Amino acid sequence: MNGSPVLFALDALTGALFLLTALGVVATRQVLASLQLFILQSVLLAFSAVLLGIAQGSIHLFAVAAITLATKTLLIPWLLRHTVSAEVYRTREIERVLNIPSSLLISAVLIVLAYVVANPLLSTVAVPFVQVNLPLGIAAMFLGAFTIAVRREAVPQLLGLLAVENGVFFAGVAIVPNLSVIAELAAAVDVPVITLVIGMLTRRIHARLGTTAVGQLASLREQ
Amino acid sequence: MIERIVYNIIQVAVVVAFAPLVEGVTSRLKEILQSKRGPSIFQPYRDIWKLLHKDEIVSEESSWIFRAAPYVAFAAPVFVALLIPVLTRYPLFFAFMGDMLGGGFVLALGGFFTSLAAVDTANPYGPMGASRTRMVGFLAEPVFIVVFLTVSFVAGSTIPYIVQTRWVTPIANFFEPSHILLLIAFLMLILAEDGRIPVDSPSGQFELAMIERSKSLEYSGRGAALMKWAGAMKFFVLICIFLNVLVTPWGLAQGMGFGEVLLAIPLVLLKVFCFVLVLVYIESSLAKLRLFRITEFLGAAFVISVVAVITQLSEI
Repeated sequence: MNGSPVLFALDALTGALFLLTALGVVATRQVLASLQLFILQSVLLAFSAVLLGIAQGSIHLFAVAAITLATKTLLIPWLLRHTVSAEVYRTREIERVLNIPSSLLISAVLIVLAYVVANPLLSTVAVPFVQVNLPLGIAAMFLGAFTIAVRREAVPQLLGLLAVENGVFFAGVAIVPNLSVIAELAAAVDVPVITLVIGMLTRRIHARLGTTAVGQLASLREQ
Repeated sequence: MIERIVYNIIQVAVVVAFAPLVEGVTSRLKEILQSKRGPSIFQPYRDIWKLLHKDEIVSEESSWIFRAAPYVAFAAPVFVALLIPVLTRYPLFFAFMGDMLGGGFVLALGGFFTSLAAVDTANPYGPMGASRTRMVGFLAEPVFIVVFLTVSFVAGSTIPYIVQTRWVTPIANFFEPSHILLLIAFLMLILAEDGRIPVDSPSGQFELAMIERSKSLEYSGRGAALMKWAGAMKFFVLICIFLNVLVTPWGLAQGMGFGEVLLAIPLVLLKVFCFVLVLVYIESSLAKLRLFRITEFLGAAFVISVVAVITQLSEI
């Protein structure tokens, strides 16, 4: 079809690394490391959008890549670094519900599940890039959601949310090359706002309780 | 026919002769990266030479296993070097004897005897290192199995000479996600199997923290020399499997000419040097993991290899 096999292979490689970074966001111990992995994941998303833009000759996808780079690799990390106190990033051991090997194994199951879910959809489309982007995007969505479930710290949970968003766009850029620019524009406004709100909230929680481990905030406290 | 036998012997000679050099270069580069001068790159040769000329002391309590283990450990990588592509793209005379799985089993046999010998002398540190090695081993085993399953599934064969050409014909295959993921998983395996930094510290002198090294503490003289040499050769053979079979066959001799095979020696050493640079970078930028975190490291390797299988299965 459209696009050379090398472009397709590069896109597949980007997808694989994209998935690896999603796994990293699930499994890393340090808050700072998961933030850096999220930045890397966004760069890979932008790269995939550029590849698809070249292959399908769509100027919209280049715009998607530019917006992704501007918001997710520069604006959001900057916001997170400045609204949340530096103490949170110094934490080495993030509290988590499951230990790392079992959460990695569950992640593997989730990836298989993503392929199972994507399979009936794949038979209806003929674009080769969708074969790569759709299942991997869904897998990244699942892993992001799983990150939110398994982490007990506010900032890594936010990163899980952002990883879900990345997964949606990773699948989206392959399916509809024209719509995604509108959606990405909307998200470019939305997501920093969410980041800012959660960042401020985290700051308040931290100032009040001295911790951001939201797992401990299960019960009410008498003043 | 006769030249295939000669090339095969040259191949084994290259592994035997250059393995200590690779180890020397690795430790020298690591010292340089830490702003130290470090020992000469020929230091492992001197160590082996010195040890070969020293008396050997064997505990009275030990059995024949202790005496036989250095020879088995030395012979295993030499035997594997007969099977795998070190210098050539085409199978040599003895390559029919085993495929990748066969090579893996022979390497494992060497490791098995080393562990038995460590238990044999009843030195408190030996069995500890042996049991830890087994722990790392059984965690690494599923990754090995999945990696080899994927590789042989992709290439349709378990013969390393068929596998290696699959990655570069056409060149787009090189960028296949499953290929890159397999490389990452196998690199993590090499780090674990050879006792490199995130898993074990190769230059550590503290017996309680040792995994790989404490198994040969009891050896002296010729036994120690053979164990040291065997360790270097096992490392070299693993690198050769990684670089020549799993990464690309670039730099290997394609024709039957004698000059071409000789030219392959420096090219392969250059490839190994590039790998050592990456290895030294990894070793210098990471800290050694606590023992129970090794499960996380190898669990990550396992998940990566499983993802490689999935991406491979879904694309076809």
